[in-house]
Amino acid sequence: MKKLMTGDEAIARGAYEAGVSYASAYPGTPSTEILENLSTYKEIYAEWAPNEKVAMESAIGASVAGLRSMVSMKHVGMNVAADPMFTWSYMGVNGGNVIVTADEPGMFSSQNEQDNRNYAKAAKIAMLEPSDSQECIDMVKAAYELGEKFDTPFMIRLTTRVCHSKTIVELNDRQEIAAKEWTKNPGKYVCLPAISRNLKKKVIRRMETLAEYSETTPFNRVEMGDLSVGVIASGVCYYYAKEVFGEKASYLKLGFTNPLPAKMIKEFCQKVDKVYVLEENDPYIEEFVRQQGCSCIGKDLFPLDGELTPDVIRECVTGEKAELIEFDSSLLTGRAPTFCAGCPHRGLFYRLGKRKDIMISGDIGCYTLAAGKPYNAMDSTVCMGASISLGHGAQKAFTQEGVNRRVVTVIGDSTFFHTGINSLINTVYNKSNTVNIILDNRITGMTGHQDNPGTGYTAKGEDTTAISIEGLVKAVGIRHVFVINPNHLDEVDDALDKALALDEPSVIITRWPCALKKFSRQDKEEFDSLFVTRDTIDADLCIGCKRCLGTGCPALYFNAETKKASINPAQCVGCDVCAQVCPKKAIRKED
Amino acid sequence: MTKSILLVGVGGQGTILASKILTTGLMEAGYDVKMSEIHGMSQRGGSVSSQVRYGEKVMSPVIEKGSADIIVSFEKMEALRSLDYLKKDGMLVVNNVEIPSMSVIIGDETYPDNIVEELRKHVDAIVVDATKTAGTLGNEKAANMVLLGTIIHLMGLEKINWDAILEANVKPKFVELNKKALRAGMEAVSGR
Repeated sequence: MKKLMTGDEAIARGAYEAGVSYASAYPGTPSTEILENLSTYKEIYAEWAPNEKVAMESAIGASVAGLRSMVSMKHVGMNVAADPMFTWSYMGVNGGNVIVTADEPGMFSSQNEQDNRNYAKAAKIAMLEPSDSQECIDMVKAAYELGEKFDTPFMIRLTTRVCHSKTIVELNDRQEIAAKEWTKNPGKYVCLPAISRNLKKKVIRRMETLAEYSETTPFNRVEMGDLSVGVIASGVCYYYAKEVFGEKASYLKLGFTNPLPAKMIKEFCQKVDKVYVLEENDPYIEEFVRQQGCSCIGKDLFPLDGELTPDVIRECVTGEKAELIEFDSSLLTGRAPTFCAGCPHRGLFYRLGKRKDIMISGDIGCYTLAAGKPYNAMDSTVCMGASISLGHGAQKAFTQEGVNRRVVTVIGDSTFFHTGINSLINTVYNKSNTVNIILDNRITGMTGHQDNPGTGYTAKGEDTTAISIEGLVKAVGIRHVFVINPNHLDEVDDALDKALALDEPSVIITRWPCALKKFSRQDKEEFDSLFVTRDTIDADLCIGCKRCLGTGCPALYFNAETKKASINPAQCVGCDVCAQVCPKKAIRKED
Repeated sequence: MTKSILLVGVGGQGTILASKILTTGLMEAGYDVKMSEIHGMSQRGGSVSSQVRYGEKVMSPVIEKGSADIIVSFEKMEALRSLDYLKKDGMLVVNNVEIPSMSVIIGDETYPDNIVEELRKHVDAIVVDATKTAGTLGNEKAANMVLLGTIIHLMGLEKINWDAILEANVKPKFVELNKKALRAGMEAVSGR
């Protein structure tokens, strides 16, 4: 059966067809839909882990115990998971395992660009790079066969355009795979120095064997045509190259990219007049080509950053820009993403941004949007969990230097479970006095509403223990905890006043669900009148002061002719934040 | 020859469902199809786009600037923002709707009142009241199907059994509304 699938859906389909029984992940664009799709197959046990390291370790466990397992993450997640991955390479597999990394050239939803092919090389594990959804299925299936044969975990490296492009695939039945037997085998699974010295030699031999295999695998193939231009490309860049050069070039399409096929590359380069290496971000293939003594054109011509889409390639190669319609671009207004109507982050950041003499240490999530107007309420963002620890260091530095500035850290519920807990332990242990705000909107928001350890549901939708953030922070030694409704501005002010007056660390938990969330039974029980009302503006009372617009709600608009503000009833969910800032009490509940 | 269709709009307007119906229809008609979306932060009111390419054999899933055969914009400002993706002789359909962005709401920028005039200086823009039409049919959210109807007519894809594709991909209670909206879109551009 034929179907249009995104690369993410196809990775999950490939795992299903390959007989995978265990999968774990932490959400992150553009990889999130892989586990979401895996969880829809009843034959596959799939779970959200609190972070990528935990996900990878769990997948190692399932593999050691004999099941085919998968772990998926966005590129920066691999930094978190790298510790177990490097040693897992030594252990090899029992049941096959695939590690999926989804890289983001162009940074559509990421804080950096990183080329995780370097990880496969550094960790000495085999790697495949699919170009479209059919290859996602084919390569996942091959990775389990080959991984079990060569005793290696496999990395599959995707990029946003492979993850989120739909192409046509052919569906097949699932192959049921019996679990491999687990036997005590410390020489393989206990990485003590004496054992690891042996295992390292095994890894070196394995990579030599895989290098030979890389010369013969059908995933590396030559398409000879016009010999004046040769193109070496992997991933979606292969299709970009075909779009640009068509029949006017020969191609070496690389799908098996660690280890790379040295002989095949040398032979190809000898047959063509000049060689372009087309790859996004780092010169991973290019450096290898040059190491083989072959000359090529790579990052000396093509950019090291962003996507290498056909227009970019065309402009680099021919120097010609496409003829575009030129219009009056001064008419364009920006359209940056913004907090939704009813977003529980609004009330907090509206007030927090107005505080003087504080530094706000932020984190990764929807709330990072508070850095922009009208809130201007974020001063740093690095990576998952960094808010609390970066804030700790900054506070220590200010205090040491005698600077009268307090540090407030902000972190989401899912991000706190991810890597914020260790940071908070550090804050308590090392006697800091930061104010730490945990934005508990009862879901993992930015990636599209995945459950997490605080929500009370698993990835499969089963009931589970909802871990209490309040109980957890008290348990690590926070003595001052304020749980507030962030839609009530007086509660926000009161908690901030009290916390900033302390010379001890404190935690403020803003507890109100994401306005876009599908509310659970527990949400409806806990939170009264959950977004069932609407606010409206009495035009007679409105003086056009625009103070309500300063809350940055997309449901509000201002009529320049009547000089009155009004509320779009299709968007308003009745959070009442705007009503609390109106000096004339012109905003009230709709009847 | 590969054809390129660009759908643009604002998060929540239904561009993704429209492109899903479109690509399913194209696949069932025997074309090779590729579609690329950027939707990481789109739920938060940002610009969204779906790029659809079809033909005998499609290579790149993304549309190059200056090469779209047709752009269908669900919102006026987004039509202007995407104009440099249109081929010189390409077609442009614009939904007659303005959605102010946050910079406009808080008064940093003003939404200009001459977007259609600017578009028409460069291209024979077809302005469609898709949202209004969908509202008359029962639900403004079906504007996406009205706009899909314009693509079907303008790209000459009427032969595909769209009713069957809607039945297979849309919740039963919305099927009839969506069928009507699709036809209304085709009729809105029937003179072209």
